[in-house]
Amino acid sequence: MDILANLALGFGVALSPYTLFLAICGCFLGTIIGALPGLGPSNGVAILIPITFTLGLDATSALVLMTSVYYGAMYGGRISSILLNIPGDEPALMTTLDGYPMAKQGRAGDALVLSGVASFVGAFLATVGLMLLAPTLARVAFFFGPAEYFALYLLAFCTLGGMASNNQAKAALAACIGLGIAMIGVDSSSGLPRLTGGNLHLYDGIDFLVAIVGLFAIAEVFFFIESHGKGSSIGVKLDKVRIPWKDIVSTKWTMLRASGVGFVAGILPGAGASLGSFLAYMSEKSFAGEKGGFGTGVPKGVAAPEAGNNAAAGGALVPMLTLGVPGSGTTAVLLALLMTLNITPGPTLFTERPEVVWGLIASLLIANVVLLLMNVPMVKIFVKVLMVPAWILLPGVTMISFVGIYSLSGSYFDLLLMVAFGILGYFLRKLDVPTVPVILGILLGGNMEDALRRAMTLSDGDVTYLFSSPIAVGLWIAAIAGFVAPMFLRGVLKKPPAVTD
Amino acid sequence: MASDRIFGLITLITAVAYIAAATQIQTNFFSGEFLPKLFPLLIGGVAALCSLTILFKPDPDPDWPIGHTWLAMAIAVLVLAIYAVLLTPMGFLIPTAFAAGILSYQISPRAIPAILSGIGLSLGLFVLFKYALGLGNIVAYRIPTAAKLWDALTILIPFVGH
Repeated sequence: MDILANLALGFGVALSPYTLFLAICGCFLGTIIGALPGLGPSNGVAILIPITFTLGLDATSALVLMTSVYYGAMYGGRISSILLNIPGDEPALMTTLDGYPMAKQGRAGDALVLSGVASFVGAFLATVGLMLLAPTLARVAFFFGPAEYFALYLLAFCTLGGMASNNQAKAALAACIGLGIAMIGVDSSSGLPRLTGGNLHLYDGIDFLVAIVGLFAIAEVFFFIESHGKGSSIGVKLDKVRIPWKDIVSTKWTMLRASGVGFVAGILPGAGASLGSFLAYMSEKSFAGEKGGFGTGVPKGVAAPEAGNNAAAGGALVPMLTLGVPGSGTTAVLLALLMTLNITPGPTLFTERPEVVWGLIASLLIANVVLLLMNVPMVKIFVKVLMVPAWILLPGVTMISFVGIYSLSGSYFDLLLMVAFGILGYFLRKLDVPTVPVILGILLGGNMEDALRRAMTLSDGDVTYLFSSPIAVGLWIAAIAGFVAPMFLRGVLKKPPAVTD
Repeated sequence: MASDRIFGLITLITAVAYIAAATQIQTNFFSGEFLPKLFPLLIGGVAALCSLTILFKPDPDPDWPIGHTWLAMAIAVLVLAIYAVLLTPMGFLIPTAFAAGILSYQISPRAIPAILSGIGLSLGLFVLFKYALGLGNIVAYRIPTAAKLWDALTILIPFVGH
């Protein structure tokens, strides 16, 4: 009953006409962002953070808006997967496997509606899971001291590195780049600058928003210049959109199972939505066996990854809200949003600011319903958006990024830094170095160092203090396992190749 | 192979420089002698190890773009850098129209659509930011003096600017 009372509090905060309006705007924008190839949830949310910040929205409104964008982008990713065979974002990759063949059979409308419903089911169940699990985990998190937190941050970097890249060394290096950047600036305990090279602009440290927008949005521009904006034309025509009741009913168990798989995958720190949709698809494929016809355009193959992907997006919020450790690239960006709004995620968030947590959860539920209602009748509008050519879209995105960062500080230095991060992002991605650990490093570096320093101060420099409690030891073991295990599992977890024409 | 070896070498040098810089971090009575250096040293150490691994176990080369694409990207970087320093002295409209137009041309080399999208984006985004979203520090245009313009551009020249 506790949950219902809390939820009532959340809806009390989130269900005003104004926030509802923001939720609708956010869902609409988010779906467009998700649908456009090259603009995924991470960079979409990243570009909008500085603008939301300058608009002066209060914490709840900003959260409602951005979570709607987040969920909307997760919905939108499927549109270009199904129609163009180009995933709008990484987690939507698995949707191309059956979505595109289904669209080629002339059932594009059915595939879009079915995947919309699957997204709804996945996201809804994950939000319910979040409500049940997060408060419990928050209570456990009260037992965490500096040693445990240090191990937890390490775990996040290790599993993220293990999952996100094909090369462990590169993933770890990416984390080091991020952490190294986070160290720059005035040291809080001594009040003296560290690693600034005497540059006054660096005394405040490097704003993570500058890094996020540079690495995600500006780097994308270079990729489009390289490909000359190819791949932004309509592949499959969309005729009439009807609701395929038969397919929805026949895939109900698939959706439920995929949501469960996706949610669990989302909770693991560092795994995120890509792993969720991947595991959901693969488990349904082996469940259906050879006769299932996965990969030829079956409804189950569309429903499974979409439910899994959206459930994982919800699951990823569990570690982010309770422990302050994000589970994926997009939740890392959402963490950046919370930090910009001066909200520190962690166990105390649940007791000290319940209105924020439950307002967020309520707004997730609202966004989800809005998205379902919006996506079925309006899918044609979103399809139109795909026709915006890259030579208008990308300059537009760049200029919005510039204005966003400029409106934060009004300084040319941040803009130049953003361009530099864009160049860095291009080379890192070219060399198969994941950029999400860089972001995570910049975001969490300060906290991780704080935990280490407090641990060292408490124990008077005794290193064994870091392994002194069972929780800490467990986290260290999990971290090492999470880093090493993918090296051996790589053969098993191989991604299936995308469908080619 | 070669790309990763070069990358590993660059990051190795950076990591060593980072460690060297970390040992020089100033400390005082409040922070203790060692704590402000500890974490940066750890990061540098791990980064150096990773760099060595990449150096000795390189992945296959990615598909790098060919000559004129590099040029297009270099121009894009230059345009963005100039845009960044001119946004304050010249206001929003003119730099944005040029920057957006040039970027558009780099993605799809057709002059007329590029010019139109530059002008359109500049005006459209200005209305959006200024009137719909009400962002304060966006100014339509400023007429800079030659000295101010030169000041802004020298930022981009190493060792001349500030």
